[in-house]
Amino acid sequence: MGSKAVALTAAPLTIALVLTGCGGGGGGAPAGNATADATISIYGTNPPGNMLPANATDAGSAKMQEGLYSQLVGYGADDGRPFDQVAESITSADKKVYNVKLRKGWKFHDGTEVKAKNFVDAWNWGAYGPNAQLSATWFKQIDGFDDVYTKDPDGASGPQKPPTPASKTMKGLKVIGDHEFEITLKAPFSVFTTVIGYTPFAPLPDKFFADPEAFAKNPIGNGPLKFVSFTPNVEIRMTRNDEFPLDQKKVKFRNLVIKIYSQQEAAYKDLLSGQLDFIETLPPSAKAGGKYKTELGDRLLTAKLLSISTLTVPSYLPEYGSLDLRKAIALAVNRDQITKTVLADTYVPADGWVNDNIEGYEKGVCGEFCEYDPAKAKEYYARSGHSGKITIQSNSDGGRKEPLEAACNSIKNAIGVECTFVGATNFGEFRNIIDGSKLTGLGRSDWGADYAEIENFLNPLHRTGGSSNDSKTSNPQLDALLAQADATADRAEAIRLYQQAHRLLPTYFPSIPLWMERGVGARSDNLATATMSFKRRLEYASVTVKGNG
Amino acid sequence: MGRYLLRRLLQFVPVFLGTTFIVYTLVWAVPGDPFAGKCGERQCPDTFVSLMTERYGLNDPLVVQYFTYLGKVLTGNLGETFSGVSISEQLLNSAPITVRLAIVALLIQIVIGVVAGVVTGIRGRGYLDNLVLVSTLFLISLPTFVTGSVLQILLGVEWGIIDPTVSAQATWGELIVPGFVLGSISMAYVTRLTRTSITENKHADYVRTAIAKGQPGRRVVFVHLLRNSAIPVVTFLGTDLGSLMGGAIVTEGVFNINGIGGLIFRNIAEKEGVMVTTIVTLLVLVYLLMSLIVDLLYAVLDPRIRYD
Repeated sequence: MGSKAVALTAAPLTIALVLTGCGGGGGGAPAGNATADATISIYGTNPPGNMLPANATDAGSAKMQEGLYSQLVGYGADDGRPFDQVAESITSADKKVYNVKLRKGWKFHDGTEVKAKNFVDAWNWGAYGPNAQLSATWFKQIDGFDDVYTKDPDGASGPQKPPTPASKTMKGLKVIGDHEFEITLKAPFSVFTTVIGYTPFAPLPDKFFADPEAFAKNPIGNGPLKFVSFTPNVEIRMTRNDEFPLDQKKVKFRNLVIKIYSQQEAAYKDLLSGQLDFIETLPPSAKAGGKYKTELGDRLLTAKLLSISTLTVPSYLPEYGSLDLRKAIALAVNRDQITKTVLADTYVPADGWVNDNIEGYEKGVCGEFCEYDPAKAKEYYARSGHSGKITIQSNSDGGRKEPLEAACNSIKNAIGVECTFVGATNFGEFRNIIDGSKLTGLGRSDWGADYAEIENFLNPLHRTGGSSNDSKTSNPQLDALLAQADATADRAEAIRLYQQAHRLLPTYFPSIPLWMERGVGARSDNLATATMSFKRRLEYASVTVKGNG
Repeated sequence: MGRYLLRRLLQFVPVFLGTTFIVYTLVWAVPGDPFAGKCGERQCPDTFVSLMTERYGLNDPLVVQYFTYLGKVLTGNLGETFSGVSISEQLLNSAPITVRLAIVALLIQIVIGVVAGVVTGIRGRGYLDNLVLVSTLFLISLPTFVTGSVLQILLGVEWGIIDPTVSAQATWGELIVPGFVLGSISMAYVTRLTRTSITENKHADYVRTAIAKGQPGRRVVFVHLLRNSAIPVVTFLGTDLGSLMGGAIVTEGVFNINGIGGLIFRNIAEKEGVMVTTIVTLLVLVYLLMSLIVDLLYAVLDPRIRYD
């Protein structure tokens, strides 16, 4: 019977095969052409926003933004170190007032020159409250930000609207000449020159201010790639900007297609068969059992991601208040085993709250507590006086659930306390729980640095009122140290102070370090070289295509 | 006949109003905030949330929102999603692809399913009959996801006969394998339905009369037997077209087809109420239209049925 079944199912399949022999084709990159004429395709997701630089916070739009705009500084492909891009020089004596001089002759894609006012106007527009840009608060360090951005008095859900801001421009931004402007900050901020390489700090051409909505549908930038078209749910097309002045970021291929997929699985199969040239993430099915290593061979790409995964301990839950309990949980997670098995070597154990690819990282800040030791975990747990169960909360999609369930099991086995995973259906819902301080136990808190500074692992995550301080913890000693570090002009000295702040974290465990992601992605056989950046994106300038392959 | 048609068409109006209202209400009854999670690991600025809430009228009572929506639909303006992309544009991009996919699937069902059913029904028990029974059982027991992934890996990745995914144009040729996957389960049902129906009618009085009159075998089978046996099959195929359009989420996901199914799925997740309501309403209309066509076909297939 078995052979019959096989024979019969084969029949319709053969018909399908014959029929499709003449179909198919379409799409994909021409493998035979040299780099200069090549079209490459990369994995993309549908952008949820309107793709203005101050509104693009998701990975889907970021891929386009990265090609479309060049900021004052750019980030090195490997380590994320900033270098002057549109800026010719950025100088500051006190790290409070910055003088920016622009390169001359750098043009937008419509031929107009990038001038100082293009930066100043774009930043003012992005920060202005009523324009409601998602990244508006990125400008908060600039003097006068509070005049253009007002808080909603009763929160977003309340009936009251935020008052109309007093001004449309920030007084901290001053145009000095066509190619020079001055930025005054509210308080000294030593890593500001790194921050301004981030997406929302892009310049916008004069055309934008005439009609922002029309511009958003057909954006004009100053970066290495020009916008061609966007078909929702299908693709974004871009083409090389031949006038791009900076070799370091100039792209060598001609066209870029960001193909939009609803499922990573489909994209991964396209990559395996050479229909897609780059994907920055692997689907769970490829990771399972480390299958990707044999499937991809030398097509595997790795990146020095700047990320850290932790379990946040909500300060508003008294049952998790005990430091001994926090230490017990930290001791009870078998990081080595989970990163090797469940996470298939795409993560490594964390030994602190800062990623190890960051300048200023110190080994073993978390110390003995981030090493698996069930006996000691039991000891600390007994001292904590905690009873009842422990829960770990996260969205369960996107492969988030499995490692945390494993962590829970590890805790259960080590301490002998009940531990359960509480899932939310998607990321949006989970963020709602965190933002509304509605966690009922430990919560997943993963952080990918926006720029390569140790500061970015401390200020947003652990300072009182930080934008991603998920535990809502407040520590005056830490706040004081961070403020002092921010205000320190000397870079080495500033980093020393940030390190000092980092070493404060194990004294109260606002979160429990788990692991750090090692980005794995893949390129197709069509590409000769491709680098994945610290932001887990394709470094466009690094791409070369195989000739006459 | 004309009055019957008119009456049926008029019934569309209350059904349209009812479904749009129910779907609209349900979308907003699902817990969650459409603007949460848009700012990564950060909380979104209040100004953003307030402005979006106001622009899309989300603070109004549900009934007011619904009638605003209805007014827009009736004037032909579907508006934009939260990301500022025109809804009608997205629909116009996806709908033709879904229709093509459904037609391919339907054709595969009819051609393979009906032929296999007729042949086995007429021949009766034997080697071929057993073969078809086993293989249809096999197809029915396989979830679409498995059929799709297996074909994609074998034909697309291993043998390189097709592209693993369908391009943006989604040509007829590219849709044959996805269409086969989508239609495979229903194809098996059609085979079995046709076979049973034929076997049953084979011994009916009118067939015996036709044979006794000395009509040629081909005429007996195609004019008398097949036509009368087609009623349950047509009923099945009619309603199936509707489910092929809306239920293609899995197939569309596997082959990355930008169709209606995936569009609904994504928009439910993103709480794009207007988009979801519009698509679901369209699908309801497709169902209504198909069942009307099926009812009209009854009269064609069976002269005893009359509508007036």
